[in-house]
Amino acid sequence: MESHYELNNGSLIIGMPRELDHHQASQLRLETDLLIETYHVRELVFDFADTEFMDSSGIGVIIGRCKNMRCFGGEVVAKNLNERLQKIFIVSGLHKIMQKQ
Amino acid sequence: MLQNRNEMKVCFDARSVNEGFARIAVAAFITELNPTLDEISDIKTAVSEAVTNAIIHGYDDPEKKVELSCRIDGRQIEIVVEDTGAGIPDIGKAMEPFFTTKPELDRSGMGFAFMEAFMDEVMVQSKVGAGTRVIMKKKIGD
Repeated sequence: MESHYELNNGSLIIGMPRELDHHQASQLRLETDLLIETYHVRELVFDFADTEFMDSSGIGVIIGRCKNMRCFGGEVVAKNLNERLQKIFIVSGLHKIMQKQ
Repeated sequence: MLQNRNEMKVCFDARSVNEGFARIAVAAFITELNPTLDEISDIKTAVSEAVTNAIIHGYDDPEKKVELSCRIDGRQIEIVVEDTGAGIPDIGKAMEPFFTTKPELDRSGMGFAFMEAFMDEVMVQSKVGAGTRVIMKKKIGD
């Protein structure tokens, strides 16, 4: 399953894909950046409810978006992380740089 | 009792769509060892990292081939991911966390760190202009 997007009052909620690897990451990166720029997004929410797999390519996309958003004073949030994804967040240090819901 | 042995080898195009195929091929092959869900996830992540490296850094051509082999010896799994692409000039540097030669593509530089975090042993052999071989080992039910 691919990523899906929802805009809500300056907040962009990204429904993350089922498998977030390099293959899915390239498209996610392009689409997210386009939406952030077009709609002046102030808060970015990564929703992992459907995500069963993520590797370091996913980490790269998230870190990149965090940097871009923080440049303009925006917020980045991750939600619905399963146990495996929490482990990935800890191994990569992502849990230190972003808020979890 | 005889030691359990089994071996497989697959060869596929260096296309990103095959990253998922490689993970699933290894996961399916090792099911006879009854690994836990955690062990399967660890191995899938490590395979994904090694194959992605071969596709992104080894080659710049989707027609080139990546070779993946997996050997079971008792409870031990050995996975080898091999390309005949660019090679790595400085393996020590390449394995440092956050080091990447492709920051413009938002690569995190954590590929090798993930392989090392999720497998028991990771070895890298590489020669510039000849290719790279990543050998990873993990014991199941340890």
